Amino acid sequence: MKPAVLTGVHYMTGDEACAEGALAAGCRFFGGYPITPATEIAEHMAERLPEVGGTFIQMEDEIAAMASILGAAWAGQKTMTSTSGPGFSLMMENIGLGICTETPCVVVNVQRAGPSTGLPTMGAQGDMMQARWGSHGHYEIIALSPSSAQEFFDQTITAFNLSEKYRVPVIILADEVIGHMSEKVVIPRAEDIKLVSRPRPKGRKDRFRVYQPAENGVAPMPDAGEGYKIHVTGLTHDERGYPVMTVEAQAEMVTRITRKITDNRGDIIMTESSMVEDADIVLVSYGISGRTSLAAMHQARAMGMKVGLLRLLTIWPFAEEQIRALAERVKAFITVEINLGQMHLEVMRCAEGRAACHLVGHPGGTVITPEDVLARIKEVYK
Amino acid sequence: MTATASTTPVLKHPLDDLIRTDRIPHIWCTGCGTGTVFSACLNAMKSSGIDLQKTCMVSGIGCSGRAAGYVNLDSFHTTHGRAIPFATGLKLGNPELNVIVFSGDGDLFAIGGNHFIHAARRNIDMTVICVNNLTYGMTGGQVAATTPYKAKTTTTPMGNPETPFNLPLLAWASGATFVARWTMLHIRELMDCIQTAILKSGFSFIEVLAPCPTNYGRRNKEKGLESLKLYQDRTIIRNNADPADLDIDFQKGVVLGEFVNRERPTCIESYDRTCRPKG
Amino acid sequence: MKFWRVPFDSGLIDTAKGTVFIIDDRCKGCGYCIEFCPRKILAFSNRFNKKGYHPPEAIKPDDCVNCHYCEIICPEFAIYSAESEASKTDSNSKPGKETGTI
Repeated sequence: MKPAVLTGVHYMTGDEACAEGALAAGCRFFGGYPITPATEIAEHMAERLPEVGGTFIQMEDEIAAMASILGAAWAGQKTMTSTSGPGFSLMMENIGLGICTETPCVVVNVQRAGPSTGLPTMGAQGDMMQARWGSHGHYEIIALSPSSAQEFFDQTITAFNLSEKYRVPVIILADEVIGHMSEKVVIPRAEDIKLVSRPRPKGRKDRFRVYQPAENGVAPMPDAGEGYKIHVTGLTHDERGYPVMTVEAQAEMVTRITRKITDNRGDIIMTESSMVEDADIVLVSYGISGRTSLAAMHQARAMGMKVGLLRLLTIWPFAEEQIRALAERVKAFITVEINLGQMHLEVMRCAEGRAACHLVGHPGGTVITPEDVLARIKEVYK
Repeated sequence: MTATASTTPVLKHPLDDLIRTDRIPHIWCTGCGTGTVFSACLNAMKSSGIDLQKTCMVSGIGCSGRAAGYVNLDSFHTTHGRAIPFATGLKLGNPELNVIVFSGDGDLFAIGGNHFIHAARRNIDMTVICVNNLTYGMTGGQVAATTPYKAKTTTTPMGNPETPFNLPLLAWASGATFVARWTMLHIRELMDCIQTAILKSGFSFIEVLAPCPTNYGRRNKEKGLESLKLYQDRTIIRNNADPADLDIDFQKGVVLGEFVNRERPTCIESYDRTCRPKG
Repeated sequence: MKFWRVPFDSGLIDTAKGTVFIIDDRCKGCGYCIEFCPRKILAFSNRFNKKGYHPPEAIKPDDCVNCHYCEIICPEFAIYSAESEASKTDSNSKPGKETGTI
């Protein structure tokens, strides 16, 4: 058996880094389906999982891939799948099943230009809102976005930890550029990687209620086959897991699974602020556009303009508090994203008119250049 | 001698340990065959001697899919058509689990058709029991992939213009290693068959014809007892029949029995042999 | 049971004797047990259960042979049979007149 944690300095693509991050996080089941530009994650897992005692399966479609990772999660495994836009759309129903049944798993979407088949080999950031609202019904989700191959490695581990802690599918919204670029990735020693596993039931099996939450709103989760005789259903259910067709049960269940995330925003939301303390303009960005924005920020500062950057590492739940706080004192936000305005809408919503909100975006296929951002900064700065 | 309520003990059905008695009576209609097939499945699970703690039931959406909610074991009621890939994940995640998929014809063969043929092709070690009531019962009786030609359903009010699948043929062609068909009247044969399927390693498929008196029978002039009479009078047991001859035609006579029982490496055996490092 | 001739070993063979138990409130009145009991010992009773159905009752309880067919055909887990006490103790004794219903 080879080690799951390849401690050392590597030169690898973002997709490979994601796969290695999953293995380091303890992922031992991957149910996937090929799709550009995420195929390499599946290929890497196909090679590595048997080496570390895990199982890989290429399912017949993305719907089956998502269903299989939910099943394996209930068998006790840490599980993951990877896809891009078209597959992400197919997975939506089962992501909803994962949310409603509170199943921990990680779904990686290496975004490409859409809609529909779009530009399969060219990146974009057009699935941001879909990650939040793609499945039907009202729910909360956790989504992260890496800006480098190293971050793709790190965030995959974070994604597993969050999914286990909060018993919810966690989505990683990467993009084709990050997925395919090769960069230095440092993998630490296994003992230096903090891992979180799902809360386990204690006490008598016959008294166990599969959806009775602990204090943080998350119910302990047994594995199938341990004798807890659980019933898990996508129908609205009570704490026993039994389907209950009442307005009260709906209110209770939906409130609980949404508050589980919103009440813990402080733990889940991660951002990186650069030079925002005295900024007149704050760039808001993520993923590959986060790097573009950082470069533009430095260029603007060199020209004497007071520009800062709020880089979102957590996309959902949205960093409302930071935007609201900044809106009190900055003159403008410029959201930089490879779409025609998705996180831009969130920034506008939270700014509530106290700061002007601008967008630098295009429908996809290539990155935004720092020059494009700088040009807009200059316009806005007047 | 009829006992009065105050002096007689509470009756305990022999299967009460395996069902969630706090949810009985269940939702299935008067005369629905699903309850009988479910009961046969539970009896078979008990008599087979498998470790019930490690046994899971997975179902999809539909009347038959509700069975998972009534069995007192680890059970999973998943999305429409996706019971089989979920069960695949469960089995591959923990190969020690005994996985039984209990669902209906619409769930397994229309929306779930693709997943069925691939799981059979892979020979995943699981038992799939399909309650075939020739319709989509839960939603009110729409046409299904198994509805007979010319039958009346809510989405074929002038009669079904399409012809149905031959499920054992589909299962055999996809690579299932155990294929059988019974009706909900042939309960002893069904129980033995389910037991064989559970104990056999590989993808086992059992089609069970059952009446839907409320949504199919009512529109096709077939009350519950009339369906059962058809099962009694118009069926022939012919084990090892050629799967190509197994179209459902009550005029000709529907063929029942065990048709396929062959050996092939299971998905996990093959993966372990081919993909895992040697030594 | 009607024989067209009496078997030579009829004195040596004992048919099983069973008692039928009906859990009234689970019954949905489908009539399958009544129709398919090989000894025709069941019929719809006149009483109603909580849901308004007529559960069956054993009209010829002595004829039950504990074949369990009613038990296995019932979709509702509402009926089952068990070997009756009398047949367990002395196979030549008179058949017990018990019927259990709740």
